[in-house]
Amino acid sequence: MTAGTGAGTKVGTGAGSARRHHLGSTEIVYLALVGILVIAGVLVAVRGGNLFAQGNVSYMLTQTSLLGFVAVGQTLVVLCRSLDLSVGYVVALCSLIGATTMAGDPSRVWLGVVAALAVAAGVGLVNGLIISALRVNAFIATLGMGLIVKGFLDTRFKGPEGEVPLAFQTFGYTRIGPVPVSTIVMLLVAAAAFVLLTRTRAGYHMFAVGGNLDVARLSGVRTGRTLVLAHVLCSLCAGVAGLLIAARFGTGNALVYSYGLDLDSIAAVVLGGTLLFGGRGSVVGTVGGVAILAVLDTAFNVLDVNPFFKDVLRGVIIIAAVALYARRQIDPASRRVRFGTKGSAARGGDVA
Amino acid sequence: MRADDDAHIAVPDPESDPESPDPVLRLHGVGKEFFGTSVLRDIDLTLLPGQVHALVGENGAGKSTLMKIVAGVHRPDTGAIELDGAPVSFPTPLDAQQAGVATVFQEFNLLPDRSVAENVYLGREPLLRGLVDRRRLHADTSHLLDDLGLTSITPWARVGSLSVAQQQVVEIVKAVSYDARIISMDEPTAALAEQEVALLYELIGRLRDRGVAILYVSHRLQEIYDLADTITVLKDGNHMLTAPAAEVSPDRLVRTMVGRDFAGFFPDKPADTVPTDTVPGEVPGEVPGEVRLALEGAGNQMVDDIDLEVRAGEIVALAGLQGSGRTEIAHGVFGIAPFTRGRMTVDGQPVHVRTPRQGVRHRLALVTEDRKSEGLALGQSVLANARLVLDAVLPRASDRRARGIPGVLRSLAVPASTVASAQDVEVQYLSGGNQQKVVLAKWLVTEPRVIVLDEPTRGIDVGAKRAVYDLMRTLTAEGTAVLLISSELPEVVAMADRILVLRDGRIAGELPGGSEEEAIMALATGAA
Repeated sequence: MTAGTGAGTKVGTGAGSARRHHLGSTEIVYLALVGILVIAGVLVAVRGGNLFAQGNVSYMLTQTSLLGFVAVGQTLVVLCRSLDLSVGYVVALCSLIGATTMAGDPSRVWLGVVAALAVAAGVGLVNGLIISALRVNAFIATLGMGLIVKGFLDTRFKGPEGEVPLAFQTFGYTRIGPVPVSTIVMLLVAAAAFVLLTRTRAGYHMFAVGGNLDVARLSGVRTGRTLVLAHVLCSLCAGVAGLLIAARFGTGNALVYSYGLDLDSIAAVVLGGTLLFGGRGSVVGTVGGVAILAVLDTAFNVLDVNPFFKDVLRGVIIIAAVALYARRQIDPASRRVRFGTKGSAARGGDVA
Repeated sequence: MRADDDAHIAVPDPESDPESPDPVLRLHGVGKEFFGTSVLRDIDLTLLPGQVHALVGENGAGKSTLMKIVAGVHRPDTGAIELDGAPVSFPTPLDAQQAGVATVFQEFNLLPDRSVAENVYLGREPLLRGLVDRRRLHADTSHLLDDLGLTSITPWARVGSLSVAQQQVVEIVKAVSYDARIISMDEPTAALAEQEVALLYELIGRLRDRGVAILYVSHRLQEIYDLADTITVLKDGNHMLTAPAAEVSPDRLVRTMVGRDFAGFFPDKPADTVPTDTVPGEVPGEVPGEVRLALEGAGNQMVDDIDLEVRAGEIVALAGLQGSGRTEIAHGVFGIAPFTRGRMTVDGQPVHVRTPRQGVRHRLALVTEDRKSEGLALGQSVLANARLVLDAVLPRASDRRARGIPGVLRSLAVPASTVASAQDVEVQYLSGGNQQKVVLAKWLVTEPRVIVLDEPTRGIDVGAKRAVYDLMRTLTAEGTAVLLISSELPEVVAMADRILVLRDGRIAGELPGGSEEEAIMALATGAA
């Protein structure tokens, strides 16, 4: 506070300039994916199998598509510092609405698709409005919405219903080489979400809403609208997943909600490096997270792991991965180390 | 209440003075009430282009409310706002911003995980065929940064990777990007170290040259005189004074703010506790001089070779630039980021403090620099906060010792009404100064032998600062050892018996209390 405030002016004391390139979380996700592929491949090979046989690869890819749709949508809401626990029920609901609307009539396929997606969007809209306008915590709002849908499903539908025409079942079964069409569609949806997040205002605003709601609002971002949009898109993705289920089963089925897609999708999002508290993350990471889970499932199947123990392993891996990210999420800029653990010898030269 | 001082008309009236430019913003008789309590009465304020207008006053004087009215966060209950001579109202902060009235609040309004460019143009991202035009986004930001001479910041740098000062600058750049003609800043230097302040000064100078009107709120008098053309003083919601900075002496300024002379701002050391000599062992007999806290060659990843002693009844200050290792020493002593090398003794006994809990058990106390996030449970009552350490670490003694809390609060000059309702009042509704007193009370009831005060007067009003200084004198008189960390050099010089200056994680030198501020800065910056 002296007159010489200018003393020692070091404009630009920041860390921004000469920092080493740190691995981004997305890169780590894919490194982990490769690692798991290698380990699983070796384990399967030791048992005399081949994880990369065509059957296994397409099983793996098929596994990615269903969870992929849900997780890509979930990424958008998690980025907004929200959450959607109703996705599992929306998947079930949409499989039934799609299948019963189509009712085995090929000409009604589009009608079924539109009906299912419209209902999904409607659920997402209500979710978003409850959270943004009524200010209900997202956890509670979507849990409640999920229960409402579940109640409706349990009373209205007793078992599988509706019939999906063969033409639409191709969405569930057709492959190009080992790659199921549904996986390609999932990747297209993920690509769309990627563009949304990195190249559109709506996407930028999702990061802002999740990063700091007040900052977003003070910068003129229509925060409510952004949040509602994220929820609508998330539900739409779940709707697509519901249609995929219908295409695979040939009917709609309420029991799909017991697949645990809600929590699995959140696990995939977090595995993909998206911050559960919003504001940071990517769809690319989520796809990686989904792939990790799919590889695990496939490997467990091929290795014939006890299904209960399988869940234990999945749980351990998810927690371990997230613990790993948490260590890295400490900002490297704020963690600069001046002295090594050995003490002062490392430094020399500038003596007082 | 303002009738006793009509100096506020001393500002040149633009209508009568053809030389002075037209005001960009005028407030006429602005008043504001919250829940029936009047917090601002009949405020007039005139902002001229290319001028820095300092707004000063104790916490609770109404500065923040006035700023928020200008920013569109609050709407005035009475009075009018004129922008370029035309009456306006700002229903939301966004409306104010779009009208060219930007506000840089104390809390950073930036997204740490997004880039500089993404932050600056948030909500207004340039589009090309419906998609965000990233090239233009970066080009525009680059242009803006160059324009303000901010070559050290790149548009694509993640904001979280920037220094605090740079983040502050980004925030101002964001305001400029709205073509703001009025920028108000709420204590912009509160979190900055001395050498970072220069960056801000430079930027403010550039903005002034561009004809921007700046409303500047600060507690630091030096800054006000460095920067301001005009000073307005508020007290208890009343407009006390508006005058050119050159015509208001610091004494008069402080007097107007608090009714106290600057000369007596720092309490003198009571004669009987002043060590006549800092050499150990030569302290006169009646002075409690045994070493309470000592470090020998202490170090960890952030600091090294730290030797220090704090004796009973002594105030030792750690001075140095932000990031020089002052806070890290406090964290090392208190076990937040423990020392990995060297020895530490408390009352002569070697101790290993690995966690804050162990620190408390050794009767250490740490008042952290960030009271809101590290010092208080904001949603809990005054009493609950004051009992926090007692309940957590000394549960058996807590009920008994908690009975002393009202007395401690009173001795810290917490308002009697707050003390009386300590069980009900949530800390978040107190002023910054009173919040800090609650933090202090929380530690005082543990009867610490050594108390570490990290920026104890940051962002609190003059009255509360005085209470903190008085407390430090009382503590030392009772034989407590005080380790003071402060960026405010006048405070360090006036309060400390000895000053240890840190640079780059090491002790660069020791100076006696009362040394020149220039000498401290020279050691801290390495100029010596």
